[in-house]
Amino acid sequence: MDTVEKIVEEFASDIAMSPFSSGTRLRDMIRAIRACKTAAEERAVVRRECAEIRAAISENEQELRHRNMAKLMFIHMLGYPTHFGQMECLKLIAATGYPEKRIGYLGLMLLLDERQEVLMLVTNSLKQDLNHSNQFIVGLALCALGNICSAEMARDLSPEVERLMRSREVNTKKKAALCSIRIVRKVPDLAENFMGLASLLLKEKHHGILISAVQLCTELCKASKDALEYLRKNCIEGLVRILRDVSNSSYAPEYDVAGISDPFLHIRVLKLMRILGQGDADCSEYMNDILAQVATKTESNKNAANAILYECVQTIMGIEATSGLCVLAINILGRFLSNRDNNIRYVALNMLMRAINVDTQAVQRHRTTILECVKDADASIRKRALELVFLLVNDTNVKPLTKELVDYLDLADPDFKEDLTAKICSIVEKFSQDKLWYLDQMFKVLSLAGNHVKDDVWHALVVVISNASELQGYSVRSLYMALQAFVDQGSLVRVAVWCIGEYGEMLVNNIGMLQLEEPITVTESDAVDAVQLTLNRYSADVTTRAMCLVALLKLSSRFPSISERIKQIVSQNKENIVLELQQRSIEFSSIIQRHQSIRPSLLERMPVLDEASYLVKRASTTQGTLAADKPAPAVTPGGLKLPNGVAKPATSPLADLLDLSSDDVPAIATASTTTAPNDFLQDLLGIGGVNSSTAGAPSSSSTDILIDLLSIGSSTSQNGPPAADFSPPQATDLLGSLSSSTSISGIKSAPAVPQDMDLLDGLPSNTSISGVDNHSSIMAFQSATLKINFDFKRHPGKPQETTIHATFTNLTSTSYTDFVFQAAVPKFIQLRLDPASGNVVPASGNGSVTQGLSVTNNQHGQKPLAIRIRMSYKVNGEDRLEQGQVSNFPPGL
Amino acid sequence: MINFVLLISRQGKVRLTKWYSPYTQKERTKVIRELSGLILTRGPKLCNFVEWRGYKVVYRRYASLYFCMCIDADDNELEVLEIIHHFVEILDRYFGSVCELDLIFNFHKAYYILDEILIAGELQESSKKNVARLIAAQDSLVEAAKEEANSISNIIAQATK
Repeated sequence: MDTVEKIVEEFASDIAMSPFSSGTRLRDMIRAIRACKTAAEERAVVRRECAEIRAAISENEQELRHRNMAKLMFIHMLGYPTHFGQMECLKLIAATGYPEKRIGYLGLMLLLDERQEVLMLVTNSLKQDLNHSNQFIVGLALCALGNICSAEMARDLSPEVERLMRSREVNTKKKAALCSIRIVRKVPDLAENFMGLASLLLKEKHHGILISAVQLCTELCKASKDALEYLRKNCIEGLVRILRDVSNSSYAPEYDVAGISDPFLHIRVLKLMRILGQGDADCSEYMNDILAQVATKTESNKNAANAILYECVQTIMGIEATSGLCVLAINILGRFLSNRDNNIRYVALNMLMRAINVDTQAVQRHRTTILECVKDADASIRKRALELVFLLVNDTNVKPLTKELVDYLDLADPDFKEDLTAKICSIVEKFSQDKLWYLDQMFKVLSLAGNHVKDDVWHALVVVISNASELQGYSVRSLYMALQAFVDQGSLVRVAVWCIGEYGEMLVNNIGMLQLEEPITVTESDAVDAVQLTLNRYSADVTTRAMCLVALLKLSSRFPSISERIKQIVSQNKENIVLELQQRSIEFSSIIQRHQSIRPSLLERMPVLDEASYLVKRASTTQGTLAADKPAPAVTPGGLKLPNGVAKPATSPLADLLDLSSDDVPAIATASTTTAPNDFLQDLLGIGGVNSSTAGAPSSSSTDILIDLLSIGSSTSQNGPPAADFSPPQATDLLGSLSSSTSISGIKSAPAVPQDMDLLDGLPSNTSISGVDNHSSIMAFQSATLKINFDFKRHPGKPQETTIHATFTNLTSTSYTDFVFQAAVPKFIQLRLDPASGNVVPASGNGSVTQGLSVTNNQHGQKPLAIRIRMSYKVNGEDRLEQGQVSNFPPGL
Repeated sequence: MINFVLLISRQGKVRLTKWYSPYTQKERTKVIRELSGLILTRGPKLCNFVEWRGYKVVYRRYASLYFCMCIDADDNELEVLEIIHHFVEILDRYFGSVCELDLIFNFHKAYYILDEILIAGELQESSKKNVARLIAAQDSLVEAAKEEANSISNIIAQATK
């Protein structure tokens, strides 16, 4: 220990420069902080030090400035505020000596970031230092500029950096090239100034310069199409030469990593080649040979070599490679996948994601291995594999794959269950050719992971059950049995209770038996027992309890013989402290007791709703299918139809945007906005009365009934006691409109609805940090005829900008001609549409049209993206129009 | 690109942070807390990558220290492992079998070295020798300035005796 401290002391001594210094030295301060036993002690030490530093700052003590900056950096690293030292950085940078500048720049990079106004003050010093005669001082300035410059500084100092790229010093050249990367990221318009210089640097010999130049080229290609074209024309030969030289070079100790010469340069060149070769056959052909060489010559036993192979395979799959080359890549991939090293397996799964676009068959061959990876002990591998399985599913393999996944659900980590469940559900929904299979899978998922299923999933299940009249008996019996075994799975319980309420008589009488079913004996009182048990068990879950009460009420009409007992159970909640339950209890008791004459018609079965229109709605409002890591808070049942509901006032700029489906779904918009929260009781009870009229009503309105029914109390549980139980002012109007069969709807999520902005605000936007969660693509729109996927590309330095790659797929068997995609955004977003790849969308998903969009969210972090879309096209010469709203963007955009 | 570099001790203490993408102080604290929770709890045989908020964090443990680098989703994870190792080897040569204490008391040196390896989140130099040479040259500049300062202060001290 002593020797270590001694060495340390030597190194630390250059910080304490002045022999006359007072106060503690840096080393002493660090030691004092490390000696602290408690956080409070540490705070005290830091406070004392900060006080001394402040005093030194106010007395403008030059001698201590250097040391104090070092102390401040250490204190900053511990997480204490150090803003008072920011000006000291500037003073140190402005000093003449190299030691002061060195620590000053370090402090600048550590204590400040590009968003601080103080940073602007340093522009002048930077400019002077960039013109300094000492290359190390130039180096310091370039490094600082490259790490933290803002867009304004980039613009101001770009000419200096351009000049320095022509410098004779190797060190200056490579730093200037890297610094330009930052400049181009901040101000893409400047890309054209750098492309000539960058391609010149590629002719150098020094690896540091080459690496920097290659990276700069990569950035230029991303920033500007012109630069991409320019580099394709001028650089491809140089790149091939660099790669050939480095790959053929004999042993060079300076660059050797595990027997390979400069893997870093290898990889960066391969990456740039991928960008240049993408969609350019000439370029791709030019690099075929060298890629084949790298892919065959590199031995794969060390990490460095594998890193090169990994990059090489990705490049082969990214460019217009020959089939021979693709075979080579697929073989390497197979080798990786069978490797025992977890890192290699992880990247193999990544490669498969790319390979799926090149050779689906080859990927399908690895299906069993991929499935094994879903069950891996390593969360990162599981997650990758699950994404992949999702892409692999097709009509032929959906059944065995789903079986595997469902079986594994039982064993999976609780953390992983949520992802897994979401994926299984979307697979099952997407590929359900036969309803019985769909129901069976859903029942299994609900039984095994009912607590991880999102609301919209079981809502959709209820829609399917209510549509499948021949399977309702089977469903209620299966659910009843599942309920006995898995009573603690929340959403299973809800679906089961709903079905028992609706189809109670099918349960006790074995109505609608399927051939494969064993008859079961359930008495009327068994059915009531099951609901009662749930009611008591879920004492904290208002939604479930509310559903239980409705189920009991329904049963009282189905089983008149035991309605007395039901009345007793229902009335037990008469004094419940939750207003919602209390009201139900009292009103339901009175229906059972006093209104027997209207009871049967009041409590008829729920009207069947239109499945197709429900699904369309769901797809356009919720994330629907693709992986969601965390359920988006906005996707509450009420949220399901928010876009329709928020259409009314034309004052807000958003209102127009949100009014997306006013053409297809008339009447809903107005009805739902004016409806007071929680008048679902009226809806529910009113159904009997208006049953006949709803049957003939437009499908969209009947959809709303279901949602109303399903969202019972869900806002209650989330938002606390709602204003719900005040009888809605529009109730009479509403009921009036019900009977005239225009619309029945009500919005549950009371606090969310009344403001127009809430749809957008309600989306998760709190993850603005870096902005992201895991999906880089979403299903933006799906109807029975058309599917649109959005892939996202972000610009890390510019979180407000997103590039979207839209893919349109035709789901019907007739191709679409004259396809035009239009998009509109609210005022705070800027949108640029690139030309589409074509205007004909081939039938049955045999190819698709793609189009790029660039959006800039000027209120990034405050408001999420929202885009309204409209697709017009012709089918057999006949005009069609579809539109929708995309608001399920990943958070942080 | 590399969005940030973190050095965290096994106890969750931060030893070095370098941010190449803008994060506010508050976000930085949050990121560090989140990632230490994710990474320090991972078992020894698992892969060195963690998916986090659409990015990937590549980490590698050396003795009691975790070196973490956060990269974009389409970057090469295996290469980043090599970059981490590259950095560690250079530190090791500079300090002479580096240990955590070196990085605590000489944290600024570690930053100087990192600044010769990465700029703007991109790799600057693939030769360890070059980095060592550049750092040595700059250290001697500091030495020279120090000596000069000392000699001047000696003269003053003698003159005022």
